[in-house]
Amino acid sequence: MRRAAGTLVALVAGAIVLAACTEKPQTNSEGVKYDAPPWSGTAKQTNNGTPFTASGWQVGDRAAWERQIKVRSNGQNEYSRVN
Amino acid sequence: MARMKFVCDAERCIECNGCVTACKNENEVPWGVNRRRVVTLSDGVPGEKSISVACMHCSDAPCMAVCPVQCFYRTEEGVVLHDKDVCIGCGYCSYACPFGAPQFPSQGTFGARGKMDKCTFCAGGPEANGSEAEFEKYGRNRLAEGKLPACAEMCSTKALLAGDGDVLADIFRTRVLHRGSGAEVWGWGTAYGSQQAGKPANGGTR
Repeated sequence: MRRAAGTLVALVAGAIVLAACTEKPQTNSEGVKYDAPPWSGTAKQTNNGTPFTASGWQVGDRAAWERQIKVRSNGQNEYSRVN
Repeated sequence: MARMKFVCDAERCIECNGCVTACKNENEVPWGVNRRRVVTLSDGVPGEKSISVACMHCSDAPCMAVCPVQCFYRTEEGVVLHDKDVCIGCGYCSYACPFGAPQFPSQGTFGARGKMDKCTFCAGGPEANGSEAEFEKYGRNRLAEGKLPACAEMCSTKALLAGDGDVLADIFRTRVLHRGSGAEVWGWGTAYGSQQAGKPANGGTR
């Protein structure tokens, strides 16, 4: 009985301690304006962006935008560019 | 989903301030406000290191926690942005930020503190993407153009990296594994010639 109670206390304490390891949500509940997602581009989708829009992705296509950013990020790795 | 981050490699930064210039030019940041700056430690003595600092777009942003009017928001990509129409310029965020990212323009007759300005990861603000209003308040929205922040993209030594945290971690890991020291440093032979690579000029020992 005493052992079971000890185990229970340890489990509860463990749960409380580990609760701090989770990521806190930073949702906006106060009504500040939300931004349009970046894959929506800087102009209407039919315009395929502005002259400043990088080529290689279609405005409005989230997966294409994510690929574009990943390729662009990897472009900063000169080891992969040179070797 | 990407989580946008900056990483600055102190081993590579040469304190050229190109990132600062690129940021100011791209976003037309007014006089007196530097969204990004280069901090140098042990300036002028052997072993000096420089690092480029701006808003680090914290995952648990203290500025967001202390803002009394809740003007901050975080995009799905992990970019911490704020709404200048809501900001009251109180300055709490500048006290909370460990990087000194929030900047306040001195405007008006008595130099009254204006609305807060900070690095947007070149992601603009809550105004319509690419609009004139967004540009005037927050600067360019390069993310919506499929580009990364101007400061990192133009960094000549690629000390400053920007992008998805996972990708940056991979780049940095590769760099650290390959970098080595002395003659093993990437580009040493090109810069100093392979004959003397890693050897001091007087032929002595280090």
